[in-house]
Amino acid sequence: MSNQNIYIPYLMRIEKITLEAPGVKTFRLKFENEEDAETFSFKAGQFGEYSIMGVGESTFCIASSPTRKGYIECTFRQAGKVTSALALAEEGDVVGFRGPYGNTFPLDEWKGKSLLFIAGGIALPPMRCVIWNALDTRENFKDITIVYGAKSVDDLVYKDELAEWRSRPDVKLVTTVDPGGETPDWKGEIGFVPMVLEKTAPSSENTIAIVCGPPIMIKFTFPVLEKLGFTEENIYTTLENRMKCGFGKCGRCNVGEVYVCKDGPVFSYEQLKLLPAEY
Amino acid sequence: MSELVKKAAALLESKLVQVVIGYGKGTGNRTRAIFATQVAECENLIFDSRCVQNLAVYLTKLEIKKLGKPAIVAPVPVLRSILQLAVENQIAESDLVILGITPESELIDFESFASIETFLSTHKIEIEEKYTKTIDAIKAMPVAERFAYWVKELEPCFKCYACRGACPLCYCTRCTVDDNQPQWISVASHPLGNLEWHIMRAMHLAGRCTDCEACYNACPMGIPIHLLTKSMLQDVADNFGSYGPSLDKQNTLSSFKPDDKESFIR
Amino acid sequence: MQTENYLIRKPSLEKLFNNLIGSGKTIYAPKAKGELALFDKVQAFGEITEDYIVTANSAKSVVFPRTEKLFSYHKTKEKTEITDAANSAFPDVVLWGTRPCDAAAFIPLTDTFNGDYKDIIFNNRRDRVFLISFSCSRSDDYCFCTSVNSGPGNTSGSDILFTKLSGGDYLAEVITPKGQLLVSENSDLFETKSEEDKEQNLAVVATRFSQVEIQAKLQNLFENPVWDDKSRACLGCGSCAYVCPVCSCFDIQDEAHGNKGTRLRCWDSCGFGVFTIHTSGHNPRETQGARWRQRILHKFLYVPNKSKIAGCVGCGRCSRACPADINILDTLTSL
Repeated sequence: MSNQNIYIPYLMRIEKITLEAPGVKTFRLKFENEEDAETFSFKAGQFGEYSIMGVGESTFCIASSPTRKGYIECTFRQAGKVTSALALAEEGDVVGFRGPYGNTFPLDEWKGKSLLFIAGGIALPPMRCVIWNALDTRENFKDITIVYGAKSVDDLVYKDELAEWRSRPDVKLVTTVDPGGETPDWKGEIGFVPMVLEKTAPSSENTIAIVCGPPIMIKFTFPVLEKLGFTEENIYTTLENRMKCGFGKCGRCNVGEVYVCKDGPVFSYEQLKLLPAEY
Repeated sequence: MSELVKKAAALLESKLVQVVIGYGKGTGNRTRAIFATQVAECENLIFDSRCVQNLAVYLTKLEIKKLGKPAIVAPVPVLRSILQLAVENQIAESDLVILGITPESELIDFESFASIETFLSTHKIEIEEKYTKTIDAIKAMPVAERFAYWVKELEPCFKCYACRGACPLCYCTRCTVDDNQPQWISVASHPLGNLEWHIMRAMHLAGRCTDCEACYNACPMGIPIHLLTKSMLQDVADNFGSYGPSLDKQNTLSSFKPDDKESFIR
Repeated sequence: MQTENYLIRKPSLEKLFNNLIGSGKTIYAPKAKGELALFDKVQAFGEITEDYIVTANSAKSVVFPRTEKLFSYHKTKEKTEITDAANSAFPDVVLWGTRPCDAAAFIPLTDTFNGDYKDIIFNNRRDRVFLISFSCSRSDDYCFCTSVNSGPGNTSGSDILFTKLSGGDYLAEVITPKGQLLVSENSDLFETKSEEDKEQNLAVVATRFSQVEIQAKLQNLFENPVWDDKSRACLGCGSCAYVCPVCSCFDIQDEAHGNKGTRLRCWDSCGFGVFTIHTSGHNPRETQGARWRQRILHKFLYVPNKSKIAGCVGCGRCSRACPADINILDTLTSL
């Protein structure tokens, strides 16, 4: 960013809007300013503060991969004041973006390993960046397995990309919906993510598990991972928390000695266990 | 006040209540609210002229309600708040035991809310002359001057919401200022934002405020916000003839009667 | 820089003040308001009160105002224009009458707004603040500066520290080059120091606790009834955080007027119930006890663990201001 005021956002123009699921949209954003587009870079796992001028800012991950230049993407669910205003925006509108903030998935450390992605519902976006990053550098990793579930078929996000991942021979994709969420022509699994994970039983050998989902899903997923032989330092997650500034000053995301926006949002289970249960 | 201590201890001992909300020694010469859940803790109960905090604010607090049925030490300002809470259906008679204290520092029992109302009818709210004089002087100012007066008085306000926290009638689980769809009252503290908050609060208290001055006592910057609520109290009394809570007449401004005057509708 | 000592006579103190006003500085000093003293702008020496232990409000609003404009914008269909508020003209401010605890607080406060991301609006203000502090000749039950690495005559954070001596004149300790510059610009008002002892003229503030011991204890007290016990009377307001000279939690809010508006940084407090609430309704700190715990752990465990100094200067303002008389010393000494 050419100016130094850390609170001033980049101006981004909405190039494309995709309706992923009821209430869930993806924005593809391009920098208004050519210079910004050239100098901007980020790593998988980082997030930003997206804003509508006059309404406010909201925190979402950068859902696109850093290997794809020239744009960034975010996916959000309409839930509160800012997301409702964002949901009303049209292609061609200008939004603000501050970032990238936070730490990153240590993909360099994971070279040569297998990756297991486990996500539920609206928690696939934070993982999408690292999934595409891994797929774009496919030769760096051994097996790639994705287990993804949502409440119903409608609620699955990135439907086109799921189809693309399913068709790739170098990715194993298992999708599931909650019991009752299936449609007559649904060909995937039916059951909650932790159960389906147990059924899929991916190998834990030389594998990193990356989990993201609502607290209840994570609560039941960790025991399954432990059963499958994963150790704490090989399980990663990305935390959601109430954030405002994004750079560890406003105090909102302070948990123990850590600021989720600065020292996270990516944490290993080993690190997470050291934090007080205030997230 | 050893009688108070004995009474409180007896209530806890017999398990008629699970907590006694009263006043205890604070820092220096201050007093503070204490919550005795053990008989021995009742020894810490005191009562004297320094006990001005309105304890009724704790009757609607979740963390206090979890402790169980309370007995509450209730000098006259607290009694008025208890009655107002009763009028607004926030507490039921069986929800609490009242350890009333008269202005002569004598203990008095109240078996029902109606008996509180009877007692309070001989201890009516009276706005002191020093306040009525100031309020009248402000009301006599032309509008622009009055506006400037309040902008200046409210200048030190930084929206800590101590006034809201201390008021027994600000019990909304989600206050209007915490609503952001839409953001009715601006979050930031600035001349307009400060006015918005204090005017809104006074309006929300119209017909409800019992003049306990907890808001003013709570303000860390010594802002005379009680002038707004006292003025409101006076206006309600002048226009609707009532001064303080009444189980019979209910809330002055939220109870409709067919014979309410409509002279303001033009 | 080595601290330089001078003597300034009582009448010269007023002259110094007048010189500062005359040179166009904005001066904030304690003004009496009923029984309180509040930091406020002053124009004349006579407006300043000496009758205070600490002011009710802290001096932090000269660098961290309760509402700060970050930028303004103007939106049209074609473009959005942003006007950076960091380029505004910030005033040259003199803080006259801060206590050693107030001055010491500027250090952790400045740390918060710097580090990996530098808040240049904060720094623009901070660079223009000149701190003239006055030592404490009296203290009360609320003070505990000596328990947190400060003291009634500490120089940390001040540019100049005045200590009133028994004769009515003042010892002037010049701590920073900025301070030295002021002295040389007003050299006729400063004399070489007398031999009078500074210590004799300071208040005695008893140590109430050992910060190191508290830090150690707090490591294991997360699940402890003390937090609920001590915060039972808490009303969940923001008084303690707002009068605290170190507290710096903030909110970012937009205010729009048609297609123009501003983005603001405003004070916030971890004591408010909705501080940590998620849009989903999940609240990591649901009870007031959890929020009281956060306040104490943050100031006396997390911050010292990371930066070696406590997030508290022992001024006692929080306890003084608290409408429910929740006393931070009470909690700390009962651990």
